[in-house]
Amino acid sequence: MKRHLLEAADLDRADATLVLDTAAQIDQALAGREVKKLPTLRGRTVVNLFYEDSTRTRISFELAAKRLSADVINFSAKGSSVSKGESLKDTALTLEAMGSDAIVVRHSASGAPHRLANWVRGSVVNAGDGTHEHPTQALLDAYTIRRRLGRLDGVRVAVVGDVLHSRVARSNVWLLTTLGAEVTLVAPPTLLPVGVGSWPVTVSYDLDAVLPKADVVMMLRVQLERMNASFFPSAREYSRRYGLDAVRMAALGDDAIVMHPGPMNRGMEIAADVADSVRSTIVEQVGNGVSVRMAVLYLLLGGNA
Amino acid sequence: MTTIVKGARVLGGDPADLLLEDGRIAAVGERLSATGATVVDADGLVALPGLVDLHTHLREPGREDAETVETGSRAAALGGYTAVHAMANTDPVADTAGVVEQVWRLGQQAGLVDVVPVGAVTVGLRGERLAELGAMADSAARVRVFSDDGHCVADPALMRRALEYVKALDGVVAQHAEEPRLTVGAQMNEGDRSARLGLTGWPAAAEEAVIARDVLLAQHVGARLHVCHVSTAGSVEILRWAKSRGVQVTAEVTPHHLLLTEACAESYDPVFKVNPPLRTDEDVHALRAGLADGTIDAVATDHAPHAVEDKESEWASARPGMLGLEQALSVVLQTLVEPGLLDWAGVADRMSVRPAAIGRLDGHGRPIAPGEPANLLLLDPAARVTVDPAALASRSRNTPYAGRELPGRVVATFLRGEATVLDGKAVE
Amino acid sequence: MAGSPVPVPESTVLLGPADVARVVDRMAHQLIEKAGDSLADLVLVGIPTRGAPLARRLAARVEAFSGARVDTGTVDITLYRDDLRLRGVRALEDTVLPPAGVDGRLVVLVDDVLFSGRSVRAALDALRDLGRPRAVQLAVLVDRGHRELPIRADYVGKNLPTSRAQKVRVHLAETDGTDEVLVTEGAG
Repeated sequence: MKRHLLEAADLDRADATLVLDTAAQIDQALAGREVKKLPTLRGRTVVNLFYEDSTRTRISFELAAKRLSADVINFSAKGSSVSKGESLKDTALTLEAMGSDAIVVRHSASGAPHRLANWVRGSVVNAGDGTHEHPTQALLDAYTIRRRLGRLDGVRVAVVGDVLHSRVARSNVWLLTTLGAEVTLVAPPTLLPVGVGSWPVTVSYDLDAVLPKADVVMMLRVQLERMNASFFPSAREYSRRYGLDAVRMAALGDDAIVMHPGPMNRGMEIAADVADSVRSTIVEQVGNGVSVRMAVLYLLLGGNA
Repeated sequence: MTTIVKGARVLGGDPADLLLEDGRIAAVGERLSATGATVVDADGLVALPGLVDLHTHLREPGREDAETVETGSRAAALGGYTAVHAMANTDPVADTAGVVEQVWRLGQQAGLVDVVPVGAVTVGLRGERLAELGAMADSAARVRVFSDDGHCVADPALMRRALEYVKALDGVVAQHAEEPRLTVGAQMNEGDRSARLGLTGWPAAAEEAVIARDVLLAQHVGARLHVCHVSTAGSVEILRWAKSRGVQVTAEVTPHHLLLTEACAESYDPVFKVNPPLRTDEDVHALRAGLADGTIDAVATDHAPHAVEDKESEWASARPGMLGLEQALSVVLQTLVEPGLLDWAGVADRMSVRPAAIGRLDGHGRPIAPGEPANLLLLDPAARVTVDPAALASRSRNTPYAGRELPGRVVATFLRGEATVLDGKAVE
Repeated sequence: MAGSPVPVPESTVLLGPADVARVVDRMAHQLIEKAGDSLADLVLVGIPTRGAPLARRLAARVEAFSGARVDTGTVDITLYRDDLRLRGVRALEDTVLPPAGVDGRLVVLVDDVLFSGRSVRAALDALRDLGRPRAVQLAVLVDRGHRELPIRADYVGKNLPTSRAQKVRVHLAETDGTDEVLVTEGAG
């Protein structure tokens, strides 16, 4: 592993597999235990530096760090010196002077974690940057698929929805293809980036044509404000063409699973009965997120680096 | 003051001596001498007419922490410039005779280059109504170039009126071609890289659409149009088409668009953030070809100093723009002269003669010949210099060339016979 | 590269395949004798890497000699080590307990070499998080001395007096293709 986890595009197959294997071993070590705590990172300090509200990601990282006995500081941009105009660099240097070993950063600007990595000596973990990447989400998605289907090589994954604005989609495209999966992006053309043709994926505008051949359907959150910018005409039309409901779900193969990174818009991109079905891994993904983030923190901080 | 430049190769020709006297070139010949003259040894150096920049941001008034007229003038002189056009997006905006005269006077006081103010096209650069263009033209600053640079005059009706109105002033509208609705939140060239980096794309079409519209308007009303910092292959095609139809359009390209590509954005280092953005390899080659064949008339720096805190940040919150004055000639050397696309006369034409003509500057862009104003520079074409941001004369450090080795070094610059640069150093 | 070749430390084979088999058999006999009635409660928990196959071998020999089935497991100690910062990050290994767990049972930790005792301490910490055995004992193939903690083995295959500079390595067929115990002189 490198010193930072900035993007899934940066992970080669060996590194990505190491993270998933480590997560599996951590799960194994903690299986059935009452006390889910390991002494591994005692004396290490992890800072969650969140410039965007994301309770679920922040809690997941916090839990992961605490289960490894690291000290955790949550630094939210709101109500802090950041809201008084302190720069990202000054904030980072301040946190490092306080002894942080790793900074887990969520930021609305693409590339903010890359900038941080230039300014601090400790490790930087990207917890979502703008519309760029969210590598730990992709790692937990890959982990979930591997647990459910037993493999990633050759698995056909359909990623459906607002690819243009989705850091989850980007990270999954790079990670899943690195691990041998075949990825198809399904979206209206307005919600696909202009440069998508250079990605190692298949592109389709037709969800119904893709579903029967998919082992995994990953639904992306669609924000309603996109409607006002004319990315699609109406929520109803979007839902009708690109939403996953029970009728569409019936077109899936027997073992196919349905994923969603959350938070969901029930009734928009995913119907409530689909989200709650046995195919859905949505709750499982949350649990796996903690294991994968423990693995990442261990691999970044568990040695002499 | 009298100066004899010994053995300079004028436009790369055979070595000759130049006698500079009373602000003019008194003689060009062999073994010239004059009593009491300062002798400058120019053995191996190329003499070019002093460069003219159509596009400089001097930041004064308003952001003197990033640049002042004086520091920017010094940077310009070190780059071989004898005249620079100071863009209007200062604070306050240069949209009145008072502000353009202030900038002009500051330039006179610095005395290192002729600082020629550009006037805003619209009040406050807001794109709503015309500024008092005539008053600026009639002021001591004698404004001939009008631009809302940084903003596009997007309203087609307003653009038409501006083009028409400046005809009476022998002026030109220099358009920052960017359809604003297509570039909301734009951060870099739209394409494969922007898709992967998650940075909002700035499509080439947003520039090309405005250029296409404006050349049609310029033709319709019979006015002069100048296009700022052309950045795409498609823009070059449109300009070529317009010129073939006789439209009075001129265009400029920046040094950075001749050398750098969008690949620089991979680092997320905002020193490479600029508007219009760095484009693809294909665009870079089309721009070089367009400059070489004259479709693009001029190299203009778009020298845009920014304070450290405006650049040392996340990409999206950083200000666009990069320094250019001190390295422009070196970049042209590397991208056009060394590959054989442009000879020394071509360099003089694109960096001095044509920009002076576009800006209607009488004393600049003249031949190096007896009787002409002594505005010239001496260049060591064999030198190679590694760019050190700390060594720049600009008050800012946002050069995209840091650590890069570039060919050529300006050894001396003369403004009306007075050395502003000697031995590669600014004259105090 | 010019210059003198880097000296390769000499390795001496102290135990060959037959020796290792004999030692394991003896340990199995000792286990049966000492455990007595507790044999049914016995769980042999190997410390990866080589303690894991060693535990399975011991269980097989105990079973062969006594007829009693013996549970085995492995417990990875990496996440409990106190020396993680001394080198690059280590890959994790398996932690697998028998379905009946370890609560109330006699756990014998199995490792290849007992040296400083730090691995055993880490294993005890890991075991504490995994359950509450009735008692914990320790079996090692080789005890080479130089303890840094108050820990001793209950079953020792072979005591091997060494200097600190020496390296003791155990190879097992399951992990290394052959059974042997090697001593290497410290390099320089």
